[in-house]
Amino acid sequence: MIRILGTLIKPTFGNATVTGISLSRETGSEIRARISIMPETPGLYLRLTVWENLECFAGLYQLSHVNERIRKALASVNLADRQNELCGSLSKGLRQRVALARSLLSDPAVLFLDEPTSGLDPVAAHEVHDLIGALREHGVTTLVTTHRLEEAERLCDRVAIVNTKLLLVGKPDTLRADLFSRKLEVRLSSRLRDPSRVFSEVLGVKHWEEPEAGSYLLDVEDPDLVAPPLIRTLVGCGADVLAVGERRHSLEDVYLQLIGDGAGERK
Amino acid sequence: MTFSWHRVGAIVKKELKDYRRNRFVVILTMTVLPLVFVLLPVIQLFTIRVSEISSSKLDTRIGISLLYMLIVPAIIPSALSAYSVIGEREQGTLEPLLTTPIRSEELLVGKALAVSIPTLVVAYAIYGIFLIAVGAFANPALQVVVFGQAHLLVELLFIPLLAGWSIWVGIAISTRSADVRVAQQLSVFASLAPLIIVALLALNVIKPTLVLTLLLAAGLLVLDSVGWRLVALMFDRERLIVGEPR
Repeated sequence: MIRILGTLIKPTFGNATVTGISLSRETGSEIRARISIMPETPGLYLRLTVWENLECFAGLYQLSHVNERIRKALASVNLADRQNELCGSLSKGLRQRVALARSLLSDPAVLFLDEPTSGLDPVAAHEVHDLIGALREHGVTTLVTTHRLEEAERLCDRVAIVNTKLLLVGKPDTLRADLFSRKLEVRLSSRLRDPSRVFSEVLGVKHWEEPEAGSYLLDVEDPDLVAPPLIRTLVGCGADVLAVGERRHSLEDVYLQLIGDGAGERK
Repeated sequence: MTFSWHRVGAIVKKELKDYRRNRFVVILTMTVLPLVFVLLPVIQLFTIRVSEISSSKLDTRIGISLLYMLIVPAIIPSALSAYSVIGEREQGTLEPLLTTPIRSEELLVGKALAVSIPTLVVAYAIYGIFLIAVGAFANPALQVVVFGQAHLLVELLFIPLLAGWSIWVGIAISTRSADVRVAQQLSVFASLAPLIIVALLALNVIKPTLVLTLLLAAGLLVLDSVGWRLVALMFDRERLIVGEPR
């Protein structure tokens, strides 16, 4: 998808608009001047230094104030002190950061990141996440493709789930709300004698189950409204409450739900 | 967007820096080729016996010597240009490059110029060293022939023209090849094609006349001039990115 939006390959059908420009063969160069793409592999010139790599791309974007821009891009990925090192001597994580700096050089209207943490160790991946988070705060529109759903959940305001075709688009919370009822998870030090009676006394509890002894899952309309009276009721009937909290479904749950029951087809 | 020499310049600069740090290029162009292609013609001319100086063997010897000079602009760019596109693809730098606003024509012209600079520098330097050696040490009768207008014209004219041919053929093969080594072998082979005609001229198999030489030069000039347009037509971004056309 990124390759199509980045005008690298032609769409087989349909149309798209990137930064307000309709995608076509003629507009390719114009679109590429306004966007930036970081492919899955950094694709750096390993015999060139970090600075020389960025300088080359600054030339390709015909940027002015090149030195200033390179310094700024390197500072934003915390690589200012590595500018004279050959890219071939850098670790995988550092190369990914150089690639990110390269993508930022032209101040793109839209930044496409293709599997930005693919193959990175957890520390390097964490650094890249922080950098992408900082970009978002600076108002850069960023489109990330990833197979790591926890990454999408952490980085993205809106998520599109694709499995051969587009299944769902929306904010992660909205997707969860669309697919799952909200649940409160209650852990007690021991089992309730009569849980049906206890939970029926609390307004807003639609259904309950006990997956483990002393642990209860309650379907509720609004966990924030239900939790306080629920705790009062439990304490009132002599239960020792260890924890009460909303059970959050991950994006992975959303994805599995979509793929598993074909909800995507219906949507 | 119009053709941008700024973007061409960015490619040329990057390529030249890359060559400078590439041991293969440095060793090939700065040591092996100069040594071989200065020594061989010098040996050809300096081992001529006095009795041969007025015979037809002289023409052949000089023809072979000067032919060595023309192999340089054919060989160096063929290896470098064959690497230009497929090399980028193999090291994973082609996709980031093609995501920039650069047009195919700009990329190709940048690549071609970057290859032509070391090629012409080395080829003319080798020819210069050869001329100096002949001027300083060779028999005066040899000097007259080597410094003759016809030979000088052929060398000066054909060095850039042959280089141009090799560069475009190499890049064309590079845009269509799936393997660097295959591309380089094919490119070297293809780059020698016009050299056969030049060799026949140099060895007097085809009687070299000014008109024939100029016609051949004009033909190569036309091919070199339209080369970038022909290769740009072969440059299929999609195929280079995804491997095969969908």
